[in-house]
Amino acid sequence: MIGPTLRAEWTKLRTIPGPAWLLAGVVVSTIAVGSAAAAATTCRGGACGVDPARLALVGIQLGQAVVAVLAVLCMGGEYGTGLVHVTLAATPRRMTVLAAKASVLAAVVAGAAALAVAGSLVVARMILPGHGIPLPLGDAPVLRAAAGSVLYLVLIAGLALGIATVVRDSATAIGIVLALLYAYPMVIRVVSDPAWLRRLERLGPTTAGLAVQATTGLDGQSIGPWRGLGVLAVWTGVALTVGAVVLHRRDA
Amino acid sequence: MAGFLRRRSRQTWHRRLRAEWTKFRTVRGWVVAMTLAAGAIVGLGLLSGQQGSCGRQGPGSECVLPVGPEGQRVVDAFTFVHKGLDGDGTLTARVTSLTGDLPPASDGGPPRPGPAPWAKAGLIVKDGTRAGSTYAAVMVTGDHGVRMQHDYVHDRVGRPGAVTASSPVWLRLTRAGPTVTGEVSTDGVRWTTVATVELPTLPATARAGLFVTSPQYAEAVSGLVGAGAMSAPTEATATFDHVQVTGAPAGPDWTDDALGRPRGPAAGSLGPVGVERTGSEATGGVVFSITGSGDIAPAGAGAAGMGATITQTLVGTFAGLIIVVVVGTGFVTAEYRRGLIRTTLAASPHRGAVLAAKAVVAFAVTYLTGLVAAAITVVFGPRVLRANGVYVHPADLATQVRVVTGTAALLAVAAVLAVAVGVLLRRAAGAITIAVVGIVLPYLLAVTVLPAAAAQWLLRVTPAAAFALQQSAVEYPQVANVYLPVDGYFPLPPWAGLAVLVAWTVLALAAAAVRLHRRDV
Repeated sequence: MIGPTLRAEWTKLRTIPGPAWLLAGVVVSTIAVGSAAAAATTCRGGACGVDPARLALVGIQLGQAVVAVLAVLCMGGEYGTGLVHVTLAATPRRMTVLAAKASVLAAVVAGAAALAVAGSLVVARMILPGHGIPLPLGDAPVLRAAAGSVLYLVLIAGLALGIATVVRDSATAIGIVLALLYAYPMVIRVVSDPAWLRRLERLGPTTAGLAVQATTGLDGQSIGPWRGLGVLAVWTGVALTVGAVVLHRRDA
Repeated sequence: MAGFLRRRSRQTWHRRLRAEWTKFRTVRGWVVAMTLAAGAIVGLGLLSGQQGSCGRQGPGSECVLPVGPEGQRVVDAFTFVHKGLDGDGTLTARVTSLTGDLPPASDGGPPRPGPAPWAKAGLIVKDGTRAGSTYAAVMVTGDHGVRMQHDYVHDRVGRPGAVTASSPVWLRLTRAGPTVTGEVSTDGVRWTTVATVELPTLPATARAGLFVTSPQYAEAVSGLVGAGAMSAPTEATATFDHVQVTGAPAGPDWTDDALGRPRGPAAGSLGPVGVERTGSEATGGVVFSITGSGDIAPAGAGAAGMGATITQTLVGTFAGLIIVVVVGTGFVTAEYRRGLIRTTLAASPHRGAVLAAKAVVAFAVTYLTGLVAAAITVVFGPRVLRANGVYVHPADLATQVRVVTGTAALLAVAAVLAVAVGVLLRRAAGAITIAVVGIVLPYLLAVTVLPAAAAQWLLRVTPAAAFALQQSAVEYPQVANVYLPVDGYFPLPPWAGLAVLVAWTVLALAAAAVRLHRRDV
């Protein structure tokens, strides 16, 4: 029975201009920040401790906020306008609604993220070698960083969707998501004890999740690339599960 | 008639303010959120998990920094070969080498060739050997040429270039009353003055001699969260010959001292620091080979310094800022969502005034909340850290007041910016994201991935510049350090930073006023 619900969600998403603009925003903001950072970085004379893939994909730091807005509006927007009553009347199986929303969202975010990541890498490939930083696009670690970044954005969308389902209010939901994305990495920076800092890095959704972008100095990272993305997947899984439970139990 | 109109418009303005204030205080979610914002700032400031070792290893392990003649906390650690100088006199020596190692790179490997860029070797006249006493010194440095420094914070530039066996440097230090002159020469015949400085509190009998020191070496490293910094002590060795003291040498012989050497575990892997003498007066003069580690400089925080600053206790500002932005945006977007905006604008058709009233209420509420939260944090946060054994650089009252009022102003202006963006976008999620990302993301990028030049630029032109209000540490060009905002160092002066955020906010408010005026609701 998920087929019609999927189509309904897809129709909702494509027939208003907001999501299309936001998806375009993901692509543009990611590439813009990445190319600006690449243009600002030069390395003269060998080792500068720059991870070229991480630098090229730094735009994800901005792109993730746009993805979060899209995901939050996908659910919070329905509560804001009351459309959720119609949706749940049409599809009384609430799990199906959430699953359909998550699937459609994952698909469109994956598409936009793939464009954003590919664009960022291509632009960085044109800029960085001239600045003394080689960026081997065909290397396995760089491909891992690229694929991982796409998955990262999809998981952030799921996390934001889950949180929006739990709190039902767009403003509160985006506040919580932005706190996780931006306040958490800032707040843990004051922890001076290196062991504690590494522990907190391994726990945070972005600090662990973005480990997948690392291509150099992997031994110095507090968590491996795929395991880091796994931590984010756990966050997303928990948020969507709690969202599913409260959606099921609660009046809309 | 004019007076009547003015009175009437004043009443209308008061009514508008009252109306907006009533809207704010009667929405329970917003009141709870503002309390949460204050709680986040205080909580993250006081519940810091930071631990230190000050005072933890029994008596004598308390972290006490000497105080310089001008009141700053200072570092005063160097190897000193000295004798008494009674009244006026001149000290001359030739430096033929300055060598040392840098610590290994963060990814391992052997020690790198040095000396540290700010390794110092030269002549000094000082009020005894007490740490923090007044001094003047002329010196060669690892990578910054000849310098004349005095009283820890003053630095004058002399001739550039490093010391090698083929290009030795002659130094001369002359004391005449309170005046000390430093000179440099390539041959010991023709002299150039580097600087003449006044030491008003230098007593008639001072100690004068040769010194060598080499500071903590810090460099930026990139980690998972982003750039951090590592640091390690360094050591330098300098060779002096043709040492001459004229005037009134009170003491017959040279005394060797390693001043301010850390004792106990902090001494770390430092090798034996010492003085070797070869040759004698008979064979054409004594040659001194002196090894030293430390610095004669103002004490700082961060990688090359030690301890924390009050800036670090305010890390909760980031969390508080996000909550404040959510509330400020909601103050506008909730009216659009519920359609209340139509009632508001029907009751008060002057739309610009409605926007102004909302901005004033958002500013006032946030300012007071931020003021209380920041004051509690800045007063009690350092006590918690000190109780945990962390050294906290003391900040004078003026700095504390500026940091507290500045944090409140930063939050309040951000709330006004959120109101303006809310009017522009009318939708909560997008408006909140733009305001938060505009203020926090440049800061995050600046302290994580970006190279120093780009990071400094971001912290000058974006709304994140306002974090400079929390500046609590002074950056000295003559002290090598990795100056990070987390440690309390910012590229802009505090009020200039606020001005940048205010400029962005005024721009957004103007755009919001135009938009509100032109568009139907």
